[in-house]
Amino acid sequence: MPPVLRPGDAAFANVEKVNAELFTLTYGAIVRQLLTDFEDVEEVNKQLDTMGYNIGIRLIDEFLAKANTPKCVDFKETAEVIAKLGFKMFLGVSATVAGWNAEGTECSLVLDDNPLVDFVELPETCQGLSYCNILCGVIRGALEMVAMRTEVKFVRDMLRGDEAYEIRLKLLEQVPEEYP
Amino acid sequence: HFTTMPAREIAESCLDLLNMELVACYARQQHEKADQAGRRIEAIGYQVGQQLVERFTKERPRFGDHLEVIKFICKDFWAEVFKKQVDNLKTNHRGVFVLQDNRFRWLTRISVDLPVEKGGITTALTSAPTTPKPDSANGQLASKAAAASNQHLFLPCGLIRGALTNLGVTCIVTAEVSALPSCSFTVRIKQ
Repeated sequence: MPPVLRPGDAAFANVEKVNAELFTLTYGAIVRQLLTDFEDVEEVNKQLDTMGYNIGIRLIDEFLAKANTPKCVDFKETAEVIAKLGFKMFLGVSATVAGWNAEGTECSLVLDDNPLVDFVELPETCQGLSYCNILCGVIRGALEMVAMRTEVKFVRDMLRGDEAYEIRLKLLEQVPEEYP
Repeated sequence: HFTTMPAREIAESCLDLLNMELVACYARQQHEKADQAGRRIEAIGYQVGQQLVERFTKERPRFGDHLEVIKFICKDFWAEVFKKQVDNLKTNHRGVFVLQDNRFRWLTRISVDLPVEKGGITTALTSAPTTPKPDSANGQLASKAAAASNQHLFLPCGLIRGALTNLGVTCIVTAEVSALPSCSFTVRIKQ
């Protein structure tokens, strides 16, 4: 039976691609340089989040232009689109959405594969480093551009011994359309 | 000869945006030590170049001489990293090589109108890429574009230097943009 082509696969097939090693090694070298420059794991986490935010506010344009997705009606749909379409289109992997709260304002994106961490092992001295923190910033930045203010953070991390990567997403405010 | 490389790919825009944001990040940080920003970005590229070339050459016989290494960089390495080959290679036969790319991938993919932050990394340009002096009003716009793009050349300069060094060619790499997106890299081998 031929495999079913899901929307995320189609989106990924449509973008220009590059050797993932180049990206992964570059990201790793950036994290290492930031650790050397700031000498403080918390500060590095913050820097990565800020970098991600700045990337997210640009990345959303390409996503909206190429993902071919109808407008999301609520946060639940938005989370699904990030997991199935967003992650797939940019990183070639998809996430699953889990752990909704009763109000439908909080959920988790769970990844068991993540190209950012290929060839990465955290040394003892980096306890507390949220290596992939840039992803939180990207999601936060991208969502802000579609009028959703969120709080995004890692709650599970395979580099710290957990069984998966889990990013917790919390909707703080849905701003009216005219927001920039 | 790239058989050992994993087939994994990601969207190219991820890399472009990361590279752009790296420059912006150091422009934000280095208000007091502006000259250091370029050096740090170059150092990041250097690390990546070393690691990448190690993977690319795993299954390859050793290189005979410097020219063979340079040719490998112009063809295979360039194709893998910048998605095309170098258009023209010149040498003075005394350890200086000029690698000309008429459509340098990383310059075609960045926007030139990026805000250049005051007191940021612009002053650090002398350490790696060099900016041509404008000689007309028209040239001013061109030089502004060149200055913006030059900030983005620290990373590839480091990348190329790292790759060459790992293959036994100790050198200095600088870059020059005359007309976007054309770019030439000068490799000076240290004897």
